[in-house]
Amino acid sequence: MRSTILGLAAGLFLGGAALAQGQAVKPAIVYDLGGKFDKSFNEGVYTGAEQFKKDAGVEYRDFEIQNDAQREQALRRFARDGYSPIVAVGFSQASAVEKVAKEFPNAKFTIIDMVVDAPNVQSIVFKEHEGSFLVGLLAAKASKTGKVGFVGGMDIPLIRKFACGYVQGVKYANPQGEVLQNMTGTTGAAWTDPVKGGELAKAQIDRGADVIYHAAGGTGIGVLRAAADAGKLGIGVDSNQNMLHPGKVLTSMLKRVDVATVDSFKAAKDGTWKPGVTVLGLKENGVGWALDDNNRSLITPDMKSAADKAAADIVSGAIQVHDYMADQKCP
Amino acid sequence: MTSNVSPVSLDRATPPLAIELVGIDKRFGDVHANKGVDLTVRKGSIHGIVGENGAGKSTLMSILYGFYEADRGEIRVGGVARRIRSPGEAIAAGIGMVHQHFMLVEPLSVIDNVMLGAEGGPRLAAGARQVRARLAQLAADYGLALDPDAIVGDLPVGLQQRVEIVKALVRGADVLVLDEPTAVLTPDEADGLFRLLRILADEGKTVILITHKLREIMAITDRVSVMRRGEMVATLDTAATSPAQLAELMVGRRVLLRVEKAPAAPGPVVLAAENVVVRDARGTARVDGVSLTIRAGEIVGIAGIAGNGQSELLEALAGMRPLAGGTVALEGRALSPAERDPAALRRRGLLHVPEDRMRTGLVPAFEACESAMLGFQDERRYGAGALLDRGAIVSDALERMEAYDVRPRAPLLKTSKFSGGNQQKIVLAREIERGPKVLLVGQPTRGVDIGAIEFIHRRLVALRDQGVGVLLVSVELEEIMALADRILVMCGGRITGERLPGETDERDLGLLMAGVAERAA
Amino acid sequence: MSAPIEMRRWADYVLVPALAVAAAFVVAGLVVLAIGENPLEATALLLRGALGTGEGVGFTLYYATNFIFTGLAVAVAFHAGLFNIGGEGQATLGGLGAALACLHLDFLPGWLLVPLGALGAALFGALWALVPGYLQARRGSHIVITTIMFNMLASALLVYLLVNVMGKPGSMQPETPTFASAAHVPFAHEVLARLGVTVPTTPLNASFLLALACCYGVWLLIWRTRLGYAIRTVGANPAAAAYAGIPISRVTIVAMMISGALAGLLAVNEVMGVQERLLLEFTGGYGFIGIAVALMGRSHPVGIVLASLLFGVLYQGGTELAFDKPTITRDMIVTISGLAILFAGALDGLFRAPLGRFFAARRKAGG
Repeated sequence: MRSTILGLAAGLFLGGAALAQGQAVKPAIVYDLGGKFDKSFNEGVYTGAEQFKKDAGVEYRDFEIQNDAQREQALRRFARDGYSPIVAVGFSQASAVEKVAKEFPNAKFTIIDMVVDAPNVQSIVFKEHEGSFLVGLLAAKASKTGKVGFVGGMDIPLIRKFACGYVQGVKYANPQGEVLQNMTGTTGAAWTDPVKGGELAKAQIDRGADVIYHAAGGTGIGVLRAAADAGKLGIGVDSNQNMLHPGKVLTSMLKRVDVATVDSFKAAKDGTWKPGVTVLGLKENGVGWALDDNNRSLITPDMKSAADKAAADIVSGAIQVHDYMADQKCP
Repeated sequence: MTSNVSPVSLDRATPPLAIELVGIDKRFGDVHANKGVDLTVRKGSIHGIVGENGAGKSTLMSILYGFYEADRGEIRVGGVARRIRSPGEAIAAGIGMVHQHFMLVEPLSVIDNVMLGAEGGPRLAAGARQVRARLAQLAADYGLALDPDAIVGDLPVGLQQRVEIVKALVRGADVLVLDEPTAVLTPDEADGLFRLLRILADEGKTVILITHKLREIMAITDRVSVMRRGEMVATLDTAATSPAQLAELMVGRRVLLRVEKAPAAPGPVVLAAENVVVRDARGTARVDGVSLTIRAGEIVGIAGIAGNGQSELLEALAGMRPLAGGTVALEGRALSPAERDPAALRRRGLLHVPEDRMRTGLVPAFEACESAMLGFQDERRYGAGALLDRGAIVSDALERMEAYDVRPRAPLLKTSKFSGGNQQKIVLAREIERGPKVLLVGQPTRGVDIGAIEFIHRRLVALRDQGVGVLLVSVELEEIMALADRILVMCGGRITGERLPGETDERDLGLLMAGVAERAA
Repeated sequence: MSAPIEMRRWADYVLVPALAVAAAFVVAGLVVLAIGENPLEATALLLRGALGTGEGVGFTLYYATNFIFTGLAVAVAFHAGLFNIGGEGQATLGGLGAALACLHLDFLPGWLLVPLGALGAALFGALWALVPGYLQARRGSHIVITTIMFNMLASALLVYLLVNVMGKPGSMQPETPTFASAAHVPFAHEVLARLGVTVPTTPLNASFLLALACCYGVWLLIWRTRLGYAIRTVGANPAAAAYAGIPISRVTIVAMMISGALAGLLAVNEVMGVQERLLLEFTGGYGFIGIAVALMGRSHPVGIVLASLLFGVLYQGGTELAFDKPTITRDMIVTISGLAILFAGALDGLFRAPLGRFFAARRKAGG
């Protein structure tokens, strides 16, 4: 038993030594339960990692967990094999990262969407409410009926954070504006139910909504399609979804997990990786809204300038977008 | 014991043979169901096969009809060896089978049932025209009159059976196998069936009749084969044998066909039913205002064709069905609904040997010792408190098995592995040995071999002689006649008559069973 | 009309499942071959990953603990003739019961709090099974339908409670605060460390011993008590139960409650043992795997332990395999487990019938 500990210590030492040489970066990713091809959040990380692999020519390893117990197991396994940095995707990994980071003080961990306070953990969180505020503003400006919709995925605080920022943006542009809100469900299945997403969107359209924003992962594909089919506008989320129905998607709220992943890997390779909390908001270009050829005709100069001004005001602090997560309330 | 009977006696001028089974051998696990069985059946004859339950008759016929394939042996049809691996191949070889339980679709018409599986192509109308013509022809040839458009479910049982026979004939059967065909028929209907079989045989068809009723064998067959323990022990000309000889061949020893008993000495009434009504799930009255009394020390028999309310009456008296009307009194006191709980009745000395031992009286999946405590599982002898005393359960079962000569004497063997007779002995040992005041008995010898029947009958008479009131429900008229001190006949949920055994005969009872109005007294 | 198949007990309980597993591996091996990996190497990796290291064994036993609880739950209901597929929901409620006890009674000392937490898990699981049991017994609503519904209800209820009532304020994830240290169920590596034995850190905890105790308890209940006799009679032959004066409705309800309590105990392992907080979907499909475990273990506790170990090996070995062979994704592992379930559970007769014939033929040959 003693020898096991010694062996472990030796392994750690060697691992540390290898890292000390600088350029031998061995990145790894542990995805959340959604899996790496969830068309949303996890896939954003995957895209970033693939980008890094192409650009830097460095191989990486990844793992899709099947249950909660495997989070720790996977992190520990990668850490023991000398992988670093290890990117843990999703807020659910927080307690596992906390524990394993303590066991492997020489390994670097990056957690996305959650804050873990440890000397070897980098926490990356996003100000989704800021990006949502901007697309809310655009929605209100684009709406002819004064009614806009929101379809969330699973009913959890994070998604309410999206909704809350969106509502604030709508009200900012049109104080009389009305937001119809629906959550798809209360289980993980709510992320992968495009049929139900479509139904919810149709119901909102029937009640008068003509722009609908989704924060519902795969479910949102159905939301965008239903809006396009009805001749209304949808708003995409996480990555740029404008091209899904060109001319029918007003814009997309961007959350640049891919950028965050690439940055983290690159920093580790360059030796500039730092622990601590990184909050990516409008200011850091971590969130934003998408404007490309697919939606240029939908965004009037007036809308664009209003959005740009609001963005500048948010960055400067002139506009305070309330964060639902701060007090579990939405004004 | 088989003394002067040669195994297979072939005539000198051998008539053409319809079926020859040569050295048929079949095992199911440990059970050697058929041991090198030979059988020859002459064309145009009615050939009976008798044997105790488990003697291998049904297995042999199932092999002939393609349900099972023999491990060894050969089947020849009309002198040509045939491999028959499925009922379809049997039909193709000209063999038809009429099962004890009809294989009919009740909501469909006669013609639909006859066509089923022989539609003759995708266009139903053309097939229907052919079948209709064929039915008319059969009616002309054999007097097999049937309304092609009648709904099968509406037909009486005798006619449903006729549909089965017609089905086989339409499919071109030259050999007709009937498995216990009279079990569901009234004596009159049975006579009608036998007349029909005789006509068929005279027209050149061959009939194989499986039964355990020796009376029928004597009445209708030309030749008879006897099976015992998987072997064919004899094939005889019916005219040259007797019921006693057949019974001896079946059992392997001399059998008393009559029950010897002294006249009953009835005591006070122990169980009385007054205007009892029992409804089924659909609200139909299965028992419709039945009143009866049972005295200590007598056997009251209830005769009737299966399905005329006897089963429901028996279960209602045992507390297994709620009463929709009327009262039941035990030892002179009317029972409240709470007191009619089966467990409570059992504690008060009303015990019950149910009709269907496999479905109700035992748990086939349980070890025999566990089946031997069914209904009495709360008795202290099986352990105190919540825990059961395994040792006590096994030794109690062993004692009962010894007292009733249950074979094998293996309390740990699964209940389903015992033969019918031994299963029934397990039930009887459980119920009788507890000293009942009233014993309700349903079909005590159904599926039980002759040797065990004798034993069970003697036990029931002994019980009566000890002063127990016995209610016996049986579809076997012979059994009722032999055991009962008083006979009640049920038809359509009512009691249609009461007779003393000495003052009636099968014909008289048959009329009552068929619901023909009671003759003027 | 099939012939009864007679087989020796060892063949029935050991050989048939073993052949089923072997067949599952062969088919899974073909799948592995199809994606260009060496199936033998994959098998070796799987087995070594599950049994070759201290950590592997710990994880295997940890998974097995879950399967034992849910397998026993399904088995008890099976004995009463009930197909309880509500293990997920009952375990979910078990988690709620455990969490309520651990969060609100945290002033109690550990030796009292942990058993109370387990009791809460069993009680809530039992109550969640009570309703479908009642509906089946008194209203004739089919237990399969109601338990499916109750799985969904349980999941929705847990989301509601964690999001709106019990959730940790300001937390992104719908989960309760971490339980007080008094509610800690000792891990195997902690206990062994105190005895001077160092083993790798794994989620294996004292719940495993509780699971084994439950196996003995279920055996005792089913085969050695009056209630067990009643349960088996109702399950094997309801008409005979009515004849015997056994109160069928009451036995049905009680059997469902015992089943639900066993499923609820899953939370002792997952919620109290590993996560030390209540979170969404901690049941992880173990409730459904329990059905396969019970089928494969022929509803006997010994069989259930063996089947649970097998599934534990598949889960843990599969994880290691996915680590070592990036081409073998977790979906592939799910496929392999699915094949094991298919062959062991659904295609049971595939081997039973030919084996029966084989033994019959051999006996015949032997005379």
